Amino acid sequence: MAENVLHVENVTMQFGGVVAVNNLSLDVNKGEIVALIGPNGAGKTTAFNVITGVYAPTNGLVSFKGRTMVENHPQGKMKNNYLGENAGKYEHSIVKTPDQITKMGIARTFQNIRLFKNLTVFDNVLIARHMRSKANFLSATFRLNGKEEKENREKTLELLKMVGLDGVKDEIATSLPYGKQRRLEIARALATEPELLLLDEPAAGMNPQETDELSAFIRQIKQDFQLTVFVIEHHMDLVMEISDRIYVLDFGKLIAQGTPEVIQNDPRVISAYLGVQEDE
Amino acid sequence: MSKNKSRDLVLSVLLAAAVCGVLAYFQADTSKHSYAISIIERSAIYAVVAVAMNLLNGFTGLFSLGQAGFMALGAYVTAVLTIPVEVRSNVYYMNGIAPWLENLSMPMIPAMILGGLVAAAAAALIGIPVLRLKSDYLAIATLGFAEIIRAFLAAPMMDTITNGSYGLNNIPGFKNVFQPVLIAAVCIAVMVLLINSSYGRAFKAIREDDVAAEAMGINLFRHKELAFIISSFFTGVGGGMLAVFMRSIDTKTFQVTLTYNILLIVVLGGIGSVTGSIIGSFLINGGQEWLRFLDSPLTIGGVSIPLFRPGFRMVIYSILLMVVVLFWRRGIMGTSEFTWNGLFGLFKRKQKKKSPAGGEV
Repeated sequence: MAENVLHVENVTMQFGGVVAVNNLSLDVNKGEIVALIGPNGAGKTTAFNVITGVYAPTNGLVSFKGRTMVENHPQGKMKNNYLGENAGKYEHSIVKTPDQITKMGIARTFQNIRLFKNLTVFDNVLIARHMRSKANFLSATFRLNGKEEKENREKTLELLKMVGLDGVKDEIATSLPYGKQRRLEIARALATEPELLLLDEPAAGMNPQETDELSAFIRQIKQDFQLTVFVIEHHMDLVMEISDRIYVLDFGKLIAQGTPEVIQNDPRVISAYLGVQEDE
Repeated sequence: MSKNKSRDLVLSVLLAAAVCGVLAYFQADTSKHSYAISIIERSAIYAVVAVAMNLLNGFTGLFSLGQAGFMALGAYVTAVLTIPVEVRSNVYYMNGIAPWLENLSMPMIPAMILGGLVAAAAAALIGIPVLRLKSDYLAIATLGFAEIIRAFLAAPMMDTITNGSYGLNNIPGFKNVFQPVLIAAVCIAVMVLLINSSYGRAFKAIREDDVAAEAMGINLFRHKELAFIISSFFTGVGGGMLAVFMRSIDTKTFQVTLTYNILLIVVLGGIGSVTGSIIGSFLINGGQEWLRFLDSPLTIGGVSIPLFRPGFRMVIYSILLMVVVLFWRRGIMGTSEFTWNGLFGLFKRKQKKKSPAGGEV
């Protein structure tokens, strides 16, 4: 049995009277590439934001390698208005902030690329190493951490070589073409030394050729860095190409899960994406 | 590459030597050059505070307007501790002096550092609620806190320490022009080291995109608080220097206009450029003085020009500022720093323009 990395349990996210994610449970095991898909407005991004600590869920639990990241139960006004299930199951109210979650070993990218725009490619990646640095601000200011700093610079360069960006390391991040900016964002995430990489619509705005390159790239880094990858995506070609398993979300609820072959032939998935033909 | 490096080193040493030479020239006859010396000293002091403000506004992206308050704290601590014990009864003749303070005295540098630490401690407290705000809201909140600090120092309960509205005087001044310039250089050098360290990069990351910075494992609050504290420390030291420079202070010295002056320097020099702030400081402080001829009546060919009267200087000064801001939107230096290569590049470009047929460079 493979080791469980990400465990999402009964997560419900309710905004006012709208249940964006309803009782979502899923698991990602070590070494897998798992995708979460669904039509527009299905709640994918909300689910992603709960996992990365941007939102505190109304109810439910998320853990990483057995350590609780997020746990919550309906509180305050929500107590009476809660529309979801399993309301009494969770007692604690733990919400780790995004930086704590990154420190645990989860890195993410953003749907609408968020690079440090006016900094160089090299600095973008080097900044991600700051978190692992042991120096405090005084020792860093007076350069007492020279060895660590040198190591960080070497590792950054090595990483840029691995993702094929060492040729443009002194360019300003936003001057790169779109595909390379994506790559840089992933490289920056890798620099935090994650075990789990979360990709939020990595193929958004890419043409078929770029998407193919991205598939190969994700496979490559998964190998090189021994990663587990959880990806949210719209792009079916990419998802079917790279995923080991797929979860399908519709109207906040999980409607199907399984290997790409199973999902492709699942009538519920087809109707969710293409609409139900009522006459037949 | 290495040739350029050694050339830059030589040029930098030469520049430092030239600065020392000029300072020594002024120092040789202080009575004759007292005017120039006071401009240099004031510029050096403002440069420290401007760079500290830039550390916060330009590098961390926190728009704070609390500088005057932190300067006041640094200035008062420095003043209270350095006024010679013998003259204290004269200084505090109206309100009397708090008994614990009567014989508490220390040399200038430790007093300035202590002033900086007090300012930093105040920043640490203020930062907890205020740094949760962003942009304009943060500016207004810090502005408010600066006024609170000023009101606190002017409060009647503080009279035996701050001497209330009578202010503090008899503060021993700088012994020579080298002292303030050297202190300023050390302060700025430390801030530059910080900006170029791993923490400085984290600050820049927060400026560029705080959501992404947090996703990179940077604790936003801790780093913002750190930037705020360090910036306030050097602002406090700058305030202490100002007290020593002015030799007498009261709470009116530290009104909002002081903050605006510093902001002007930072914007003019370039938000996000340390050298820009230093150049801006000398330009603003020098400019205000060099334009003084506009305040005196001017007669050309027997006709006295009506505009040349006291106050005209500030009109021209303001117009010049507007022109600079209009034509150099991002300040004189933008976000880049002064480099020798950049300077030579400037000349090369000019030569190119002069001789477009020259072709080769």
